[in-house]
Amino acid sequence: MSKRKITIAITGLNNTDNPGPGIPVVRGIRESDRFDARIIGLAYENMEPGIYMEGALDKTYLIPYPSVGIDPFMDRILEIHKKDPVDLVIPNLDAELFTFMKAEALLRKNNISTYLPTLEQFEERQKGNLDSFGEKYGIDVPHSKSITSVNDIPELREEFEYPVLVKGKFYDAYIAYNSEQVINHFNKISAKWGLPVIIQEFIRGTEVNVVALGDGTGETIAAVPMRKQYITDKGKAWSGITLGDKKLLQITRDLFKQNKWKGGMELEMIKTNQGIYYLIEINPRIPAWVYLAVGAGQNIPEALVRLAMGEKVEPMTTYEVGKMFIRYSYDLIGNISDFEKLSISGEL
Amino acid sequence: MRLRDNIAVSESGFLFDPNSGESFSVNASGKEILRLLAKGKSLAEIEDAILSGFDIDEKSFNRYMDDFLHTLRRFNLIEAATDE
Repeated sequence: MSKRKITIAITGLNNTDNPGPGIPVVRGIRESDRFDARIIGLAYENMEPGIYMEGALDKTYLIPYPSVGIDPFMDRILEIHKKDPVDLVIPNLDAELFTFMKAEALLRKNNISTYLPTLEQFEERQKGNLDSFGEKYGIDVPHSKSITSVNDIPELREEFEYPVLVKGKFYDAYIAYNSEQVINHFNKISAKWGLPVIIQEFIRGTEVNVVALGDGTGETIAAVPMRKQYITDKGKAWSGITLGDKKLLQITRDLFKQNKWKGGMELEMIKTNQGIYYLIEINPRIPAWVYLAVGAGQNIPEALVRLAMGEKVEPMTTYEVGKMFIRYSYDLIGNISDFEKLSISGEL
Repeated sequence: MRLRDNIAVSESGFLFDPNSGESFSVNASGKEILRLLAKGKSLAEIEDAILSGFDIDEKSFNRYMDDFLHTLRRFNLIEAATDE
C-alpha cells in the first residue's frame, strides 16, 4: 500500500516531567503504514524538548501563546501555513483548544483540517460543570463547585466534607484538609491558571483512565483503559498498564453514544473499593500516555488523522491487556546554533 | 469459591489482575492452591492435595489457608462458584 503524503502541524512538544501529548502523537503517526507524514512542530517555548528530538519533527515554528488573542494567534498559524502548507493541525494542550475550535472555520477556509469536539461538547465537560455533566449522561461524579474568590472558601464547609480537591481550570490539583489549605492552593492555582478554581469532593479509590477517540456520530473508534503504576510528585503517570476493565469501556462507549464526542478524549475516573466508578475529569484531547494505546494495538493518533482527512475508520475493539509503559529521562545534546536559529528566526 | 476467570497466574507464581492492574507473587504452595481454585476444586480437595504434596500439618495448613483466602478476597481475586 502506498503511503499518503500529508503535512501535519502538532503542538504539545513539552516532553518534560509533565509531558505534553505532542511527541507521543508524533510517534503514533510516524508508525503509521498509511501516512508518509511531514510533521511540523508548533512550539511555545524554544526549550521544548520535542523540538530537539531526532526523528520526531521535520520542522519547528515558534508560535505565541493563545492568550495573545485569537487574531494574532491565527495570523501566525496562517503565516506558517503560507510558507509551509499544512493539511491538518492537531492541538494537544487544553489551554489552546478553545482558540483552535473558535478558529475552525477560518482554518477550514484555508484548507487546514482539524478534528476537534464542538464548543458545546467542550464547554459542558468543563471541570466546573461536572455535576450537570454527570446528571445529563448518567455517570457518577463527585460534587464539584467553581469558586472565584477566597471569600467563597468559608462557606464550602456547608457543602463539602474535608478533605477536598482544589483544581485549576486547565491543570493542577491539590488535596486540602482544611480551609487554610484551600486558601493556599486557591492562591497558587488562580495565579497560574486564572479563575475559576474548582473545589471537588474527594473520592477514595483507585484512579483509572481511558484514552478514547470518537467520530462525532456516537461511535467509539478506539478506547484503551490504563492504571497509573508510578506517579510523579506532579501527579503525572511515570508508568502505567493497560486494563481489561469491561465496565470502564462500557462507560466510555455509553458516553460517546450519547454525547457524540468528536476527537480524542481522556476520561479520568476513580474506582472505589465498592466497584463504583466516579468520573473526576474529562480532558478534551489525546493524553500524553497515548503511546501506550499504540503499543497495545490501537494507533489512536493515526485513526484521528484518518478521520480528520475524511476517511471511514472502523472501530478498534481489541488491544493487549497488561501492556506497560515506563517513562525515562534522557539528556539530548544540542547545538547553540539551533537554539540561536529558533530564537532569532522563530523556526528550525 | 474459585479464582476469577480472567486472573492469570504464570509458572513463576506471578499473578496479574487485568481489571485492577494489580500484580502479586505467590510461593509454590500458593501457586498450587490458586491452580486448584482455578480448576474449581473444593476446599477439602485443596487441603488433601496440599497436605500430601507439601511438608505441612493440618493445623498449620488451616491457619495459613484462612489467611490466604482472606487476602485473596480482599484483593477481589476469588469469587463464589456458581453452584455455591
